[in-house]
Amino acid sequence: MSKEIILSVTDLTKHFPVKKSKDRKKAVVKAVDGISFDLHAGETLGLVGESGCGKTTAGRTILKLTEPTSGSIVFEGQDITKFKHGKMTSLRAQMQIIFQDPYSALNPRQTIGKIISAPFEIQGVNPTGGVKNAVQSLMERVGLNPEHYNRYPHEFSGGQRQRIGIARAIALKPRFIVADEPVSALDVSIQAQVINLLDDLQREDGISMVFIAHDLSVVQHISDRVAVMYLGKVMEIGPTANLYHSSHHPYTKALLSAVPQPDPRSEKSRERIILSGDLPSPINPPSGCVFNTRCWKAQDKCRTEVPQLVQLGGTQVACHFPE
Amino acid sequence: MSELLRINDLHVAFPTDDGLVRAVDGVSLTVSQGETVAIVGESGSGKTVTSLSVMGLHKKGTAEISGSISVAHDGGFLDVITASEEEIRSMRGRSVAMIFQDPMSALHPYYKIGDQLAEAYLVHNPGKKKEAAARAVEMLDLVGISEPAQRAKEFPHQFSGGMRQRVMIAMALMNSPKMLIADEPTTALDVTVQAQILTLLASLQKEFNMGILLITHDLGVVAQVSEKVNVMYAGRIVEQGGVDDIFYNPMQPYTLGLLKSVPRISATGSERLKAIPGQPPSLISLPAGCAFAPRCEYIKFADSNACATQMPALVGTSAGHTSRCHIDESKRQASFAEAMKEVR
Repeated sequence: MSKEIILSVTDLTKHFPVKKSKDRKKAVVKAVDGISFDLHAGETLGLVGESGCGKTTAGRTILKLTEPTSGSIVFEGQDITKFKHGKMTSLRAQMQIIFQDPYSALNPRQTIGKIISAPFEIQGVNPTGGVKNAVQSLMERVGLNPEHYNRYPHEFSGGQRQRIGIARAIALKPRFIVADEPVSALDVSIQAQVINLLDDLQREDGISMVFIAHDLSVVQHISDRVAVMYLGKVMEIGPTANLYHSSHHPYTKALLSAVPQPDPRSEKSRERIILSGDLPSPINPPSGCVFNTRCWKAQDKCRTEVPQLVQLGGTQVACHFPE
Repeated sequence: MSELLRINDLHVAFPTDDGLVRAVDGVSLTVSQGETVAIVGESGSGKTVTSLSVMGLHKKGTAEISGSISVAHDGGFLDVITASEEEIRSMRGRSVAMIFQDPMSALHPYYKIGDQLAEAYLVHNPGKKKEAAARAVEMLDLVGISEPAQRAKEFPHQFSGGMRQRVMIAMALMNSPKMLIADEPTTALDVTVQAQILTLLASLQKEFNMGILLITHDLGVVAQVSEKVNVMYAGRIVEQGGVDDIFYNPMQPYTLGLLKSVPRISATGSERLKAIPGQPPSLISLPAGCAFAPRCEYIKFADSNACATQMPALVGTSAGHTSRCHIDESKRQASFAEAMKEVR
């Protein structure tokens, strides 16, 4: 892709200290353990993985909502890794987040008008035509009735609340949005509406997006590229079509085969890769390749040597024995 | 195949300060030995309320229940709605057991896993403590927990989410029930763990020839494990049929809308999703006619007056495949067949 690079993340790690481990050593949860990627203008990168794989922490760390442990984040040519609170605040107009749970992301004691106008207030922006006008046109844009300006969050359904969160995120015309599981709390029929809305907004405004989700079918629909995470590391990353149709990493393959599809005939005949066990603890991740404890192809090399991301066919894969 | 559960014209309503919430409005379905019957619907469609009614878990006085729920119990049938609390208690867990959605809150954090399992057995076999403890270990082994004797002495927080759901299944099987109600059994789990649990349920069902009533919102899960499907919308079953009927030949616009709006991992990649416009109605003020009419894009093929004023009856075209819709059959067939081409 020849488009300009908006965001460049290099070797990003985020370790959380854990109090009092059994052997009295300083233990850390390696939530994000060395991820790198570039994000181009107008591009959507899907970040998928199971719970505890570090996808949410990755999203929050990129926005510096938590301080990275090491690595660098370059946003529009500026290295923001070491930026302090004040400098970040002025940047926040350019980088926004949409949260997973539309119930807890909105202050129940504020009206919708107040919630959506908060970005203007914080950034000291005076939109032409006044704040109320701007908020109402935002509401219209995300498919809410502008007359509901004075209502409170409890008067809205889950899907509508997510629209409110989206209106707030796009208020200042950001260049970059992290969408953290924006549709997982919604019903299917509503989920499709919100995905389509995000798709439209992104296209119209040319927003770059990191779309975090555990649902691989949702991610396929919205992403240009997809990164599969496992225990804080990127296992495989590549253009959506390549990753879904010719993935090379055993974990990607297992993940894809585990998603039940609404097609009974193929479901009942399909070969499924059933992984044994659960995600290992990120406090004490397996040595070598972190996936080796659940991988059916694991050999001695996988237990000792950490595989690096290398280009293979259409995707980059971190595996000693790719498919 | 003998029938294990017969629900006939079940109505459940909850009086609230804002008015009567009609959570379930005339649901009828049956579950037989060895088969999996799914109830699929969005939040608030009444699927969980239906399953709680079967277990007799609505408090007397808070819910207005009518209709009949017959559960195969002790060689005969027990009507849960008219039965005494004592009769229901003897049925619960022994004839029909239930697995809940959230394994974190369904287990008591202070008690050892083994003791919680044993309790389920002791309710029906008072005093047989040793037998209960042995059975607990046996069931943990059956659901694929390694070193079951050791693990029985541990507490819920020492188990992962998937392991806890296995414990819930083990607990449901303590009294060898003939029927299992699984209410969103894999919703709280990751896909790879979900695949493990669904495989486990299928193999247990085969082994014990159980009937399963599966409550879920996930059409993919329905497609994978069930034989019969009930699609619920606003408290009513809007379409009922075999799994192939529902997924390849839907007769009701809501079912079709769901199939069109669910994202699939597809060969063609990221085409735009076809969302159903609008949102489900409030259960306090349901539309007089078809509850889906305000969102229905096929209303042009029907007498829109009928859609707005009369609730369509659940009628069938082929054996065992019924739906609620006013649309003229000939017009429906052509337009639905066209729409189904877009699916997949």
